[in-house]
Amino acid sequence: MSELLQFTFSGLTVGAVYALVALGFTIIYNASGVVNFAQGEFVMLGGMITVFAHAAGAPLPAAAALAVVATAAIGILLNKLAIERARGASVVTLIIITIGASIFLRGAAQLGFDKQLHRFPSFSGDDPIAIAGATILPQSLWMLFGAAVVFAALYLFFTRSLTGKAVLATANNKLAAQLVGIDTDFVMALSFGLSAAIGALAGVLATPITLTSYDAGTALALKGFAAAMLGGMGNPFGALVGGLLVGLIEATTAGYLSSDYKDAAAFVVILAVLFAMPQGLFGKSAQERV
Amino acid sequence: MRPLFAKPISAKQATLLVLLLLIAVAPAFFPSNFYYRVGTLIFINGLAVTGLVVLIGYAGQISLGHAGFAGLGAYACALGPVHLGLPPALSLVLGAVLSGLLAWLVGRPILRLKGHYLAIATLGFGVLVSMVLANEAWLTGGPDGMAVADLGLRGLLKSAGIKVGNAELWYWLAGLILLAGAWLALNLKDSPSGRALRSLHDSEVAARTVGVDVARYKLSAFVISAVYASVSGSLLALTNRFVTPDIANFLHSIELVTMTVLGGAGTVIGAATGALLLTALPQVLTALQEYEHIVFGLIMMLVMIFLPDGLLPSLHRLLRRRVS
Amino acid sequence: MTLLSVEGLGIDFGGVTAVDGVGFTAEPGRIVSVIGPNGAGKTTLFNMISGVYLPHRGRVRLDGEDVTGLAPNRLAERGLSRTFQNLQVFLRMSVLDNVMAGRHLAERGSTLADLLGLPSTRRRSRETERAARALLERVGLERAAEREASALSYGALKRLEIARALAARPRLLLLDEPAAGCNPVETEEIDALIAAIAAEGVAVLLVEHDMKLVMKISHHVVVLDHGEKIAEGAPEAVARDPKVVEAYLGAHAGREGSHALG
Repeated sequence: MSELLQFTFSGLTVGAVYALVALGFTIIYNASGVVNFAQGEFVMLGGMITVFAHAAGAPLPAAAALAVVATAAIGILLNKLAIERARGASVVTLIIITIGASIFLRGAAQLGFDKQLHRFPSFSGDDPIAIAGATILPQSLWMLFGAAVVFAALYLFFTRSLTGKAVLATANNKLAAQLVGIDTDFVMALSFGLSAAIGALAGVLATPITLTSYDAGTALALKGFAAAMLGGMGNPFGALVGGLLVGLIEATTAGYLSSDYKDAAAFVVILAVLFAMPQGLFGKSAQERV
Repeated sequence: MRPLFAKPISAKQATLLVLLLLIAVAPAFFPSNFYYRVGTLIFINGLAVTGLVVLIGYAGQISLGHAGFAGLGAYACALGPVHLGLPPALSLVLGAVLSGLLAWLVGRPILRLKGHYLAIATLGFGVLVSMVLANEAWLTGGPDGMAVADLGLRGLLKSAGIKVGNAELWYWLAGLILLAGAWLALNLKDSPSGRALRSLHDSEVAARTVGVDVARYKLSAFVISAVYASVSGSLLALTNRFVTPDIANFLHSIELVTMTVLGGAGTVIGAATGALLLTALPQVLTALQEYEHIVFGLIMMLVMIFLPDGLLPSLHRLLRRRVS
Repeated sequence: MTLLSVEGLGIDFGGVTAVDGVGFTAEPGRIVSVIGPNGAGKTTLFNMISGVYLPHRGRVRLDGEDVTGLAPNRLAERGLSRTFQNLQVFLRMSVLDNVMAGRHLAERGSTLADLLGLPSTRRRSRETERAARALLERVGLERAAEREASALSYGALKRLEIARALAARPRLLLLDEPAAGCNPVETEEIDALIAAIAAEGVAVLLVEHDMKLVMKISHHVVVLDHGEKIAEGAPEAVARDPKVVEAYLGAHAGREGSHALG
């Protein structure tokens, strides 16, 4: 029993990272219809910038804040310089552009930083907390807490603020949104900035546990994409559930079956779900209009 | 009859002729043996990409997992001779049959999905294959890879009195196979099946109403492209005499799709151009050392932003505009 | 002899009834028009008959056989063909290829043979090309054969869709607003074309807004309003039906209303 609880703890911790990556996918997808494969690089950048700013003498909170802001700026630039210019391109073309961006960012990180594995100190030390026979790291609690805060804040943003409603309106019907005077270019920029910031935050929270390096982004992007599709692309709640599910599946597979196949298990489940529900768990099914 | 022979040369003949000329003439300009090797790699990638032209260009379906089939073909050539005592050439055929069969099995449910859902499902499939290859070390040698038997063609030619260098032999063999692959794909394009594939690309509902069994045709495109990828993987394993699970990984899938789209996904010649550029480019970019990835990513982005239909179609349009 | 019979057909979208309890029949060589104000459910009805939507209620019979819910390609095999209100042309293909694709049922064969370019494949392609060029001539597009479909005008695309639908050699042809967006000359031509198709023994089902065209060529008119059939009969009789007049004038007292009055 305590074993299962232990796997649940570790599953929820990585699941929270995936959920934040999936949320980043979801926000950009809703605003622009683009699946941004560079989402994983935002997480990597969040971790790496914090590492190097901290090493250069900045206090950890300042380094983390710098990482989030800088990554958000990179996200906005990506939108401005690449995505906006490729408007109306096909799904495959857009996927290739974002993959190009991800290779570019990885190369830049390798050049600007280095090829080593890095971490920085946990926020509240590394003494495990015992709960019902299992243990959890304080940093895991930070991770879960951070994810919860992000989801709650976004929920409020989208339901309470005018800007948030403008984003939702753009996601729903871009032309109609433009007609009622919403600046959809701004909404796009905002979505990329927001997604990048959320990714960077995930990197800041996770790096003390998972470590980071210049090439950490690809795997995260795959998992986050998978989580978003599992939940149903475009649905933030689906991103949360999908992320946590992927994390839990991985942790239990690694614990009970084989850690070699922990990545496989998540994809097996996703394939099974998609075969039964082609729109993911919480995706809307659309009737083709002719 | 007049319309059929109105044109002096068909697009199919032109494409084959251009490919043949390029393959035949290029060696005259090779400064060293190394270029035969690069040419071989271009042809082998070109073969997989030609298969993806059928899937992406004709039928309009995405796959981010075709490296999985390349991996299957590669490991068939590695394992067949060791475990089944099959000659490498027969192992290649066996790999192709297995890949086609597997594509037929997984394609049925996968191809019901559309857009990004199809992308993640094929991606998942590719990840699973590469994971099995990496993890079942007792069979595959794991991440370190395994040696692959010699195809034996060179020895055969030698005993017939023909002496040819290994690099050169592979160049001509891969070039020939690419030509054959291109010929098949071009046959398909203007055949009844090709029309069915291209029609469902543009409008599934209209394709259905003219009687196209959309699921069946998507599946056949998926199987065809899987066989191409498998043969390409086999050739790569045989020419390298070594194989690692990397051949099946996500980045290789992406590379293949990028080659397909970069040159222009609709046509065989466009895809061959994509294979040429993206195979040769890293060879050139290694000179840039640590800047390699940055430049590579940048080129991918720039081409797709400014030439979203791919190089050849965009150039074609540009030229037409100049002329008129 | 009844070719198509529709009985009590209905469908709901998100709890809202779009079409309900619609029934009528169609015979070879006759033109049946389905008219009604915008949003009356005409296209939805077509989509159910042609298998694009799965009806929630009712039956569709071809030759007396129940074909409700069969996939569009299965219905095509039974001789049903159609055009679309919002064009569904194969835009990346040439005009000729569009019509050739329409002959899929006659030309399809083994994909392996097609890959290998066997003589049988080439023969099928040649026959298809001949038939397709003849059809292009019939709709007046023979000179555009080699052009990309996306380069055609709206009216030409409408005719291209008709040619593609005819390529399947249908026994039952569903035309969804074939004259929409066409100028009077083009409308006249389409008018004559539809009459000629019917004269060859094809059962034609027509959705059309141009009342003059409907009244002129229809043998039978079915009137829908709010998803239900409110009248049917000969064109003249329907035009005088007070319920029909009210549906049109009540819904939107515009040009359509006065046209419906004849």
